[in-house]
Parts: sequence; C-alpha cells; structure tokens
Amino acid sequence: MIVLEHVSKTFTSHGQSVPAVDDVSLEVGEGELHVLIGPSGSGKTTTMRMINRLETLTSGRILIDGRDIQTMNVVELRRGIGYVIQQGGLFPHFTVADNVAVVPRLLGWTRQKRRQRAEELLALVGLPPEQFANRYPRELSGGQQQRVGVARALAVDPPIVLMDEPFGAVDPITRKQLQRELRRIQAEVRKTIVFVTHDIAEAFLLGDRIVLMAQGRIVQDGTPSDLLRNPADPFVTAFIGEDRGLRALQFTSLGEVARPAPPGALANGMVLPGTLSILEAGRELGVHGDAIGDGIWVSDDAGNPTGYLTYQQFAAVLGETLAADAESPHDELVHAIHH
Amino acid sequence: MRYIIDHPERMLELTQEHVRLVAISIVVAMVIGIPLGILITRLRWLEDSLIGITGVLYTVPSLALFAILMPYTGLGRTTVIVALVLYSLLAIVRNTVAGIDDVPAATLDAARGMGMTGSQRLLLVELPLALPVVLAGVRVATVAAVGIATVGALLGAGGLGRLIFDGISRGNTDRIVAGALGASVLALAADWTLARLGDVLRRDVRLNAR
Repeated sequence: MIVLEHVSKTFTSHGQSVPAVDDVSLEVGEGELHVLIGPSGSGKTTTMRMINRLETLTSGRILIDGRDIQTMNVVELRRGIGYVIQQGGLFPHFTVADNVAVVPRLLGWTRQKRRQRAEELLALVGLPPEQFANRYPRELSGGQQQRVGVARALAVDPPIVLMDEPFGAVDPITRKQLQRELRRIQAEVRKTIVFVTHDIAEAFLLGDRIVLMAQGRIVQDGTPSDLLRNPADPFVTAFIGEDRGLRALQFTSLGEVARPAPPGALANGMVLPGTLSILEAGRELGVHGDAIGDGIWVSDDAGNPTGYLTYQQFAAVLGETLAADAESPHDELVHAIHH
Repeated sequence: MRYIIDHPERMLELTQEHVRLVAISIVVAMVIGIPLGILITRLRWLEDSLIGITGVLYTVPSLALFAILMPYTGLGRTTVIVALVLYSLLAIVRNTVAGIDDVPAATLDAARGMGMTGSQRLLLVELPLALPVVLAGVRVATVAAVGIATVGALLGAGGLGRLIFDGISRGNTDRIVAGALGASVLALAADWTLARLGDVLRRDVRLNAR
C-alpha cells in the first residue's frame, strides 16, 4: 500500500521556483495497478519518481505500508521496489540473464540462485531462457527488451513496481501484445503497480484506477468507468478523447450493465461471460447472426448465470453508451487539444 | 633488413627494453589518468583546467620535455618514463571523461532506480560502458609512446631508439631501418593487442569495427 499525503515538488530554475507536483494525495491499494496519466508537464512522472526517491519531495509525506519513505535507507528502499523505464534501460554490457539478476546481485545472491531466478522470470515474461539468457540486449527487438525490463523489475519479488512509460517506445502491435502480457502477469503476481503513460487506451486497458493529472495536480482519480461516466470536468472529457462513446463500449463490461433475470425469462438465450466488453458482446451477437432465444445470459467465471439482458435492453445500452459521445458539449476543447 | 636477420637476439633484447618503457609509462598514466577523468566527471569545474594542463603538456616537444625534466630526474629511464606518462595523460584523461559522459542517462537512471550505490554505479555501469572509449585513448597514447620512447635512447633509456641513433652516428642505414621498422611493428602490435583486449572485456561490442 502506497500513500501520498499532500505531496508537492518544486523545481528551481533561474532563481524561480516552478511547481512540478502540487498537493497530490493518492492511495494505491495492495495488488492494484494505478495509472498516472496526463499531458507532458503534468507531473505524472515526477510523482512516480518520488516514490522511489529518484526525486525528492518538497513537502508532504509518502508512506509505504505505513512507513515514511524519508526515514528509510534510500538504497534499500529502491532495491525493494521494481523499476521499469522506457526502452527497458537495460545494461548493454550485461547478458539478458545478468540484466534480470542485477538486484539479486546487489543483494549478494549466489551465482547459481541468480541464474535460476533469471530463468524463471524470463519464462514468465515469455522469453524462453535457453534461447535468450545468454544474449545481449542489442540482439533483442524493442518488445523483447521491454519484456526483459519487466522481468528485471520482478527479480526479487518486490511488492511494489513502478513503471515509467514502459511501452512508449515500441510499435503499436507489439505494445498491444505487451499490455496483454502485463495483464496476464499482473493476474499472476498481483503487484502494487504505479504505471505512468500518456496513452489513454493503455490507461483504460491496464488501470484498476486512473489518476488523471494536469499542471501538477490531480484532476480526477477514479476507476476507468468513473472517468467515462462521470468526468470531473471538461478537461477529463477532452483528454479521454472524441470517441468516448466507442471507448465506453470497450471498457464497460456486460457484467456492469446486466440486470437480474426476471422470473419469466426463457433459459434458452445466449450465454456470454460478464467480463466481455459491450463492444465484444455486440460482435459476438453479430457473428452468430440470428439471435438465440430472447436475450443474453451473463455468466461469471465459472459459467453460472449472474444476470440477464433482453436483446432490446442490450440494444438500448449500446445506443446509450454510444450517444454519450454525441452529446459531449466539449467538442471545441477536444479539437483544440488534438491539434 | 640484414641487421634484423643477423642479430635476432639483439633485436629481441632492445624490443623488450622498449616494451618495458612503454608498458610502465602507460600503466602509470592509466593509474593517474583514469581516476583524474572520473574526478572531472564528478567535479565539473576541474575540467577546463585539468584538460588544459594535459593539453599543454602534450604540445611540448619531447626533447624539450626531457631537458626540462633532467635537472629533477637525471639521465636515464626515469626521465623518459615521466615524460611518457605526461604525454599519455591527455588522451587517457580526456577519453575517460568522454566515455563516462557517453553513458546514456536512461541507463544511469535505471541503475539508481534499482538501488545501486554511487560506487556500484561507477564499477558496474559507468566504467564498463566507458571502457571502449577509455581503451581507444589508451591505444592512441600507446602508439604515440612507442614512437616517443625511441628518442629516449638519447638519455640512455635503451630500447629500439638505440639502433636508430647508433645508425645515425655510424652512417649505418641498415641499423636505422632496423630500429625504425622494429618500433613501427611494435606500435602496430601493441595497438592490435589492446583492441583484442577490449573485445574480450566487452564481448557485447566489437571495439574494432572491422
């Protein structure tokens, strides 16, 4: 658990003090992934870097599991926090396995134990160790280097991982892959993650919560659907973008909109998992052509029905979600930000 | 060429003397120059003055430098070694600074973020990454030192320069050629050896893009 209490950071340049982070309070729960997002200069990266003290804070407090990080030994603090940066920040003169095992090496693990751990982690991030362990970073693609970066951050199994635009420098297709991989890995290891990005789609895909920042302040801190449905102010709407309706379709799950099944509902409807987005559900229906029965049974992970939507209700939900875009009163602002 | 073929033992002996002179000088220059370079990257205000001094030293002609040093270090090897060290400092100090400056900021940031101490960063990241550039400086210094050391024979420091000066005083071209050729081959060999050393130390880079 990471808690930021009224944290501010002021840089001094040419004798003038410039606030980079201005009174930010934040709570990142155990095992949650919080995305810090915002335009450049919004203070998102600085906020993240204060957590492992790569930046010093000017005022306020940061607590990790109740302990003020200012009172901790900075080297030990950092060794206990995984850190992933853009393009991996790998050491070019170390092999892939040695890169992964840097922190174990600093902690004095034996060579054999380091090697074993590196191999485990390479397998976890989808790089077969027999093929990759002895290569050098420059022999790897950008996406593979990022995977090594993630493996390295997990080397000593730290409870907290900080990720600074980790997938910013790879092509869109690889980025999608890495994002999916991160979700899979996170489901397995359940780390407390602070993830900085400026890619809104990435934020919605990965974040348990999204913290939108601008000019050093938090504009809104909420779940992805909070941001979509109850944007705190026009800036949020503008930042999320013009195709808000379409995004809402992608990020609203069937489970969220399902209603309890009425007693008279027929049991012969279509069964779809509640984790499916409305967009995916719509696609499923399209694939099957003629709809089966009267509606959709929404099921949980085990396949048990938990809710129900008639096709008519589903269509209404689709329409409402899409329409959220059309009535957006902030088109001009959106326009201004995109150009 | 006749001289080389007729006097292999003599050639070997003089080459060994020469190697010893250069090797001692370069090692001492590295022991002084690399820490000086590191110091400059930590205390930036030292840069202009230190690089300036080594630069000025480099421009002093070798005979003049020997003459300046002789009152303090006398005739013989010591003077030559001190002079060679002074000449080598420029390339070694400057390349150490350049090599460390070249380490990408992101790499250093990752090193700090992972909890390396200052000395761990220096030993595990900065110096190994700077190595190709530092070694390039050492190679330049070594090749120059092999040449300058021939002049050291005038002070009785020995080495292949003796053949050259003997040849000049006796009007024996064969000896001059033997000394000059020996020194050239030695310079090339030293350069090649150091390049291979770099390949071994940094297997991820081929220092010598062939």
